[in-house]
Amino acid sequence: MALLEIRNVTRRFSNYTAVDNVSISVKAGEFFTLLGPSGCGKTTLLRMIAGFDLPDSGQILLDGNDMVGTPPEKRPVHTVFQTYALFPHMTVADNIAFPLKMAGKATQEIKTRVGEALESVRLPSFGNRFPHELSGGQKQRVAFARGLVNRPRLLLLDEPLGALDAKLREEMQIELINLQKELGVTFVFVTHAQDEALALSHRIAVMNHGIVEQIDEPSRIYSFPRNRFVADFIGKISMMSAQVVEAAPSHLKLDVKELGEVTAVGKAGVKTGDTGVMAIRPEQVRISHLSDEPRLKNHFPGKVHDFLYVGDVTTYIVELSNGAYIEALLPNSAPGRAKFFEVGDQVGVSWRHDAGIFLND
Amino acid sequence: MGRSNIWLWSLAALIYAFLYIPLAIVVLYSFNDSRLNAEWVGFTLFWYKALFNNTEMLTAARNSLIIALSASFSATLLGTMAGLAIHRYKLKVLPVLVFTPVAMPEILLGVSLLLFFLQVLNLTLGMVSIIIAHTTFCIGFVAIIVRARLEGMDENIFEAARDLGASPWQTFRLVTLPLIMPAVVAGALMSFTLSIDDFVITFFTKGVGEPILPIQIYTMIKVAVTPEVNAISTLLMLLTLIMITIAARLEARASARTMSPDKAGK
Repeated sequence: MALLEIRNVTRRFSNYTAVDNVSISVKAGEFFTLLGPSGCGKTTLLRMIAGFDLPDSGQILLDGNDMVGTPPEKRPVHTVFQTYALFPHMTVADNIAFPLKMAGKATQEIKTRVGEALESVRLPSFGNRFPHELSGGQKQRVAFARGLVNRPRLLLLDEPLGALDAKLREEMQIELINLQKELGVTFVFVTHAQDEALALSHRIAVMNHGIVEQIDEPSRIYSFPRNRFVADFIGKISMMSAQVVEAAPSHLKLDVKELGEVTAVGKAGVKTGDTGVMAIRPEQVRISHLSDEPRLKNHFPGKVHDFLYVGDVTTYIVELSNGAYIEALLPNSAPGRAKFFEVGDQVGVSWRHDAGIFLND
Repeated sequence: MGRSNIWLWSLAALIYAFLYIPLAIVVLYSFNDSRLNAEWVGFTLFWYKALFNNTEMLTAARNSLIIALSASFSATLLGTMAGLAIHRYKLKVLPVLVFTPVAMPEILLGVSLLLFFLQVLNLTLGMVSIIIAHTTFCIGFVAIIVRARLEGMDENIFEAARDLGASPWQTFRLVTLPLIMPAVVAGALMSFTLSIDDFVITFFTKGVGEPILPIQIYTMIKVAVTPEVNAISTLLMLLTLIMITIAARLEARASARTMSPDKAGK
């Protein structure tokens, strides 16, 4: 049975629907992420799980019990806020002890568990400091320790890494994964950063305008986006208008406007005559000198329009004969080689028959 | 230092002199061994002794203390509640109602309270009417200070307390109150100083029986400015100064801890 079961939850505000008939189930021990742009309803949903907001309709079940009507302090759910929300007038140790005191634990037990919690976030000697004496990353760790110390059934994390700089953020991501694995507490994580969601989660629910667009494992979300929104929101992708000319069980033949026939794949149910887009990830696209022998089925000539060098890889933007742009990613694995092609170079781009995805309109 | 700088400094010095020389003279002459406020004769504590033997003055001081303590207590209680409510519920009308007495001319407030007590409440004027009157104009000050403190705080803190298992009352007692405490104390001290030296509103709302300090002082100088007035003024000044210093210190210290780097996280 699912630990957390969100059933047909809807939340309307005066002029818009923040969460629209959402159903999600989260298994015990899972690292589950709600991912979407700001205003997609992910934070509203999180607030309803925590008990700060109530759904207009639908149910939120935890271990099979409906939580609607239970105030936040009675739910075995704790939250880590983006602003950390540490109590500024309490020491780090008192902050971490707070949920234990509220739960009526004995003084001795509180002391032991606060010590363990500080240990687990690698801040053993920080108990007597005040929050304003800590760095951003240290505050973040204290917030994790405080959220986890009383072993909630569920830990909600509201963009907890949003305020950290990139390097610290990556460190904390790894720490977070380890912490979750170690303690086995179920995490529901909210973020708008798709890279973070892909790196951390067991499963992701991509949300947009209050609805869930897709729930899947990170690799499936990335490789098999269900629609144009998911494809565009997660990672980089090039899209071109296309129509299905032949729908075989194993592959699709597409007519890409003014370019020609492209072989691609699509989800079940795509029929001949369907219109939509052919979407392809930059790392699936090979870029080569025009003179090279084409080895892949989908092969088209183009001209380098621009490129973006970011150190480890370079993204080339290639203009095809139909005027559409396609991105190709090339790793800069040879030392000192930053550019393989210049702007204006005539090149060939190609991709495997199963690399392109057809997405209906 | 440039030319304009010298001008600025001189102007500032002049303004401060204008403000503080009269006060300094009052303090100085309270120690002057002469009945006249004219020339310095010699040091004495006589006027302070005289003050402490003046029963009417002592009664006035006692009355004023009772009024200031009661008014600042009730104003702090009500003002804190108002400040919390205004902040939490994002009210539109209540702030106007609460803050208006702060800006209202005292004479207007005095007259309207007098009419209200006599014609609406049918109250006999006395200590109670003064306490109510002082409470009314102090509530606004407390509410403003408390709300200002809440405005600078991370709203998530209060939700975090609930989230971690605290009931609404526990959240108030363990988190909200300790965090706004400096503002509450500052508001109380502010109310106390406003109340103890208020003349206009007290004049309108006092009864005939009991002497009240500021009015007692006024009555005394109507007859003759004796150094006794200087002495009581000096004591009053000292009390006010202490209160204001404590209030300012509390606010500054608390702000340093709770406001600064956290907000940068956004």
